[in-house]
Amino acid sequence: MRKLKRIGVYTFLSIAALVSIFPFLWMLVSMTNKSVDVTQGRLLPGGHLFENVRVLFESVSMVTALVNSTIIAVITTFLTLLIGSLAGYGFEIYRTPGRDRIFNILLLSMMIPFAAIMVPLYRMFGGVSASIPFLGIDTLAAAILPTVITAFFIFFFRQNTKMFAKELVEAGRIDGLSELGIFFRIYLPTMKTAYAAAAIIAFMNSWNNYLWPLVVLQSPENQTIPLLISNLGAGYSPDYGVIMTAIVIATLPTALVFFIMQRHFVAGMMGSVKG
Amino acid sequence: MSKVVNRAGSPYLERNKSFGRWYRKNYIGWLFILLAVAGISLFYFYPMGRALLLSFQSGMGSNLEYVGLNNYIRLFSDPTFIAALTNTFIYLLIQVPIMILLALFFSVLLNDATLKFKGFFRTAIFLPCVTSLVAYAVIFKYLFGVDGLINQFLMDLSLISQPLNWLSDPVLAKITIIAAITWRWTGYNMIFYLSALQNIDRSMYEAARIDGATSFQQFFYITVPMLKPIILFTSIISTIGTLQIFDEIMNITNGGPGNATLSISMYIYNLSFEYSPDFGYAATVSYVIVILVVILSLIQFKVAGDDK
Repeated sequence: MRKLKRIGVYTFLSIAALVSIFPFLWMLVSMTNKSVDVTQGRLLPGGHLFENVRVLFESVSMVTALVNSTIIAVITTFLTLLIGSLAGYGFEIYRTPGRDRIFNILLLSMMIPFAAIMVPLYRMFGGVSASIPFLGIDTLAAAILPTVITAFFIFFFRQNTKMFAKELVEAGRIDGLSELGIFFRIYLPTMKTAYAAAAIIAFMNSWNNYLWPLVVLQSPENQTIPLLISNLGAGYSPDYGVIMTAIVIATLPTALVFFIMQRHFVAGMMGSVKG
Repeated sequence: MSKVVNRAGSPYLERNKSFGRWYRKNYIGWLFILLAVAGISLFYFYPMGRALLLSFQSGMGSNLEYVGLNNYIRLFSDPTFIAALTNTFIYLLIQVPIMILLALFFSVLLNDATLKFKGFFRTAIFLPCVTSLVAYAVIFKYLFGVDGLINQFLMDLSLISQPLNWLSDPVLAKITIIAAITWRWTGYNMIFYLSALQNIDRSMYEAARIDGATSFQQFFYITVPMLKPIILFTSIISTIGTLQIFDEIMNITNGGPGNATLSISMYIYNLSFEYSPDFGYAATVSYVIVILVVILSLIQFKVAGDDK
């Protein structure tokens, strides 16, 4: 009976694992096959990989999209971490009058659906287009700015700061460091794990963001990877091999980060939840 | 939640000690949170206010004029809106419970200390989370195509004799969307439960076993109650996420066939950027999501009781 239960558990988990992994295997195999082979359900690797990569980079603005997505994701991650950790630290370390009320109000913004503010944001950036061109509609800055500051990361860093030894702040003051100096010289280096976890989440969110770039980035030279894949996928005569190649390339950075920094990833998630 | 103990004593004592130190400890905090407060006000609260004003206006593009409650009245007689609302609720009521139960089930199985290949199973089930929503949506669109692998597989197993029109049948298209979201998010929820499970005292299970409790009883009388706060947390996150669902619908079915898979977010997008733009009415529809998010979160808090 026990043995039977064991076999049942392993079978069930194996099926779950297979279902989870299969789409990945399929896209890896399909990027090496011709479009016809993909539609005929070929599940073996073929010899068409270089041809697919060549077509992708020659016929589609893949390079532009990669560059745009990288610029947006790197700047967003940097600013998110900086502003989020400053705020999380500020809320936890200083007994600023009314800090908990302000904190709770900021947290309310997590309940705001993006679709609800999409139209006003679009009109805001449309409004500044004429006077501040580099910040208007169809600029990378407009794609970055509204996504940089989120209550989630303030919450995340405040939770993590709870585990930061407050004595270090006093020690820094005695050593004559400025308040910002304490933050950058003492807090930042000791909180590397939290920063790594936050960086992973922020980078992934930005790299994969779709709706806001879809709304605000209109010209082909500002296209990001998700927009490119969406356009390829919506085409009438899709070249499956090429699309799968694009999807693999798009997934590669986040997959690599996940596999290399899995520990940070899970640690960060736990840190953000434990109250 | 542990409140930080103020080691220096009460604020009054400190004020007497040194004004400079008191000022530094309290008001410099403003500088640290300033950017965040400004950013969230500018990019969340201000647009919310603007959307509220917009929701009382109507007109094409930027030629807007105030029309009172007309937009809100229009909602009730707008078949597309009602379809989008119904679809979103179908996703919510079917997908979220299935996913949470599956995730709970996986996490309990994986929490067994004697299980082999635990790391492999955990990583495999979590893996879908590394894909972008657009990328996996496109993959699911192809997998569920008429000549896609799902049909080929089902036909090989002789479960169906003809290929199914997954994406152009109203019911099957919804099933496809639900299957896709479940694939993408189950592992994400599982990670939360796994970490919470590690905090449950194992002796509770031992005591239950001695008292003759079955695995099912242990699951429902120990695991579920102990995980209640985290289940609440994940179900709120999933509810908010599902109410806003956009990327998958846009890239798998484009809202079709007809409006059979259209979601509220996608309808807002269409109203603003696909049809002749009616920003006012779009803002009205968007307030429906806001109200739903607030109401459903409150209900979930109530149902789960007051324990945090």
